[in-house]
Amino acid sequence: MYRHRSFMIASVLAAVLSSTASLTAYAQDEPPNPPMQQWSFSGPFGQYDPEQLQRGFKVYREVCSTCHSLKLLSFRNLADPGGPSFTEAQAAAIAATFQVTDGPNDKGAMFQRPGKISDYFPPPFANDQAARAALGGGLPPDMSDLAKARSYDEGFPWFIVDAFTMYNEQGPDYIHAIITGFTNAPAGFSQPPGTYYNTYFPGHAIKMPPPLHDGQVQYTDGTPQTVDQYGRDVAAFLMWASEPKLDERKRLGFQVMIFLIVFSGLLYFTKKKVWHDVELHPELEKPRAPTEYQH
Amino acid sequence: MSGHPTYQPQGPFMKWMERRLPIASLVYSSFVAYPTPRNLNYWWTFGGILAFMLAVQIVTGVVLAMHYVPDANLAFNSVEGIMRDVNYGWLLRYIHATGASFFFVAVYVHIARGMYYGSYKEPREVLWILGVILFLLMVVTGFMGYVLPWGQMSFWAATVITNLFSALPAVGHGIVTWLWGGFAVGNPTLNRFYSLHYLLPFVIVGVVVLHIWALHMVGQNNPTGVEPKDERDTVAFTPYATVKDAFFVGLFCIVFAYFIFYIPNYLMHSDNYIPANPSQTPTHIVPEWYYLPFYAILRAIPSKLLGVTALAASIIVLAFMPWLDTSAVRSANYRPLYRQFLFIFFAAVIGLGYLGSQEPVGGYVIAARLLTAYYFAFFFIILPLLGLFEKTKPLPNSISEAVLRKGLPAGASGPPPAGAKT
Repeated sequence: MYRHRSFMIASVLAAVLSSTASLTAYAQDEPPNPPMQQWSFSGPFGQYDPEQLQRGFKVYREVCSTCHSLKLLSFRNLADPGGPSFTEAQAAAIAATFQVTDGPNDKGAMFQRPGKISDYFPPPFANDQAARAALGGGLPPDMSDLAKARSYDEGFPWFIVDAFTMYNEQGPDYIHAIITGFTNAPAGFSQPPGTYYNTYFPGHAIKMPPPLHDGQVQYTDGTPQTVDQYGRDVAAFLMWASEPKLDERKRLGFQVMIFLIVFSGLLYFTKKKVWHDVELHPELEKPRAPTEYQH
Repeated sequence: MSGHPTYQPQGPFMKWMERRLPIASLVYSSFVAYPTPRNLNYWWTFGGILAFMLAVQIVTGVVLAMHYVPDANLAFNSVEGIMRDVNYGWLLRYIHATGASFFFVAVYVHIARGMYYGSYKEPREVLWILGVILFLLMVVTGFMGYVLPWGQMSFWAATVITNLFSALPAVGHGIVTWLWGGFAVGNPTLNRFYSLHYLLPFVIVGVVVLHIWALHMVGQNNPTGVEPKDERDTVAFTPYATVKDAFFVGLFCIVFAYFIFYIPNYLMHSDNYIPANPSQTPTHIVPEWYYLPFYAILRAIPSKLLGVTALAASIIVLAFMPWLDTSAVRSANYRPLYRQFLFIFFAAVIGLGYLGSQEPVGGYVIAARLLTAYYFAFFFIILPLLGLFEKTKPLPNSISEAVLRKGLPAGASGPPPAGAKT
């Protein structure tokens, strides 16, 4: 009888839970999930591809940097290990092409000078208001953390699957999808003025005009010069910009995992030996006091 | 307990010390000779895991505090500086942030184990209440820590949670202004949260000492819920419990390290990588995953004041479990009905957690209300009534007997349940 009653309760609860799970997404206008891309830095042994980061940096520098700042990065970072692997001389040369505000000098005035390797990337606009004024009200986000600051919700049960597949690249997937997602608005979509239709942008009305077209940025290594490839490269570069220690993290992680697995294995066998007498003959053996436990 | 060896100081220094400060014999009797039931399963290792996690959080936190700047204009960039420029700063921060989540994983397992095996029952009421206080302290500390990076989610979580106090009649708005140190969440709020986030872990340490003290007064519960009767029922804490705990700390660390090194941002919200912006509300404000069941209870109730009351009650009710549960039998292994209702309770909490992460619309609200109703019915109706109506299984006479009987068919030679209360 008890069994019967609790079975009833369990089935009522199961009904509640399953009705919840079958509810469809609330918002009608949710954009589709960005398609998953192949990234050199995904998975347990994934590392950045320096050549891709250099190409991505080229795209950032020639296109994105017109509007998007990269405030948290310094030119020296371009020569950091696990990054685009520019030499220090190359990084210094890149820095010198930027004009940086310095000062005040001994007359009390601010002045412009070529960038040094220790400088941070200068922002394209003096402040947010200047950016909005120049760009018709839109504020381009800073790109330093962009690849970690953007994500999308895959919903149940995928968010659980992600933990096992180590899918950590929602940000770069989203950035690539936005860059390649510009298209004509479907019939019946009322496009707010000053916005562009983008398949993957929430609400589909993005203030950024399509930033890239095929052949816009010159690659010297024979990589296809397509918007798709630009998007992939710049998304990889932005992932590095927001997570510059990823290479080191995954390398150290593997060593730590090996250590922990071996160490736990040793602890397991130690435990087995210590408990051997207690578990084998519980009725015969009185467990030894710690003082007696000596070999 | 009698019959267990006492500490004999070896060597002149230890003998000299023993007469002045017998700390060695305290450690010996508490962590070496201390008798633990021989039949503890691995669910009992989570107490040790929690002690380990507390140490991890304090050590990483102290180092992070050397580099962090609690200023509304500098906090976000100082955390980014830790991630980018401090030697192994990324590792410290990922350990600390993921560590908060794993601290809560361990505490939820620890609480669930206590509920399953009736560890809150006489004479362990004070031990249990100290545990509920520890959990409350963890909730407050974790929340304040989440505010410190001063990202969008930090700022808006602080706004939403502190605003809960405004539901209190008459004094509510005054309390909120007092908490903020101003008329909105701002620099004074961040400063005091930082101060308290540094202070509270040491309060936790203090209460942990009381928790362990209370534990050592009453002894550990065990899977049978029958108190140890003689020496055959117990083993010495060291090496038996220590090596078992160490093994599971190792396994726990494997999962912990997996999250730190391979999916460090999995348990974080991407919006928290956007600097706090008081003039822009994120589309969805969600708390950290470990608060989601309580968040769902809060939102399930249409009245703000009642919602806040339910939220507080959902945690505080735990402290009354020793008296709400009227059954004389501790372990759910011998309480077939309680066992089923408890598993439904666990499922309801997980369900509430999922609902807490979703928009409160349509069927989600109804589901959250049903599960909230079950949450409280479990404590206020099911627990008191079960003790009166439930037919429990026969208890073993002793722990040793339970261990011996393991291989025999169930109920082969079970004594009557008369010995329920030991």
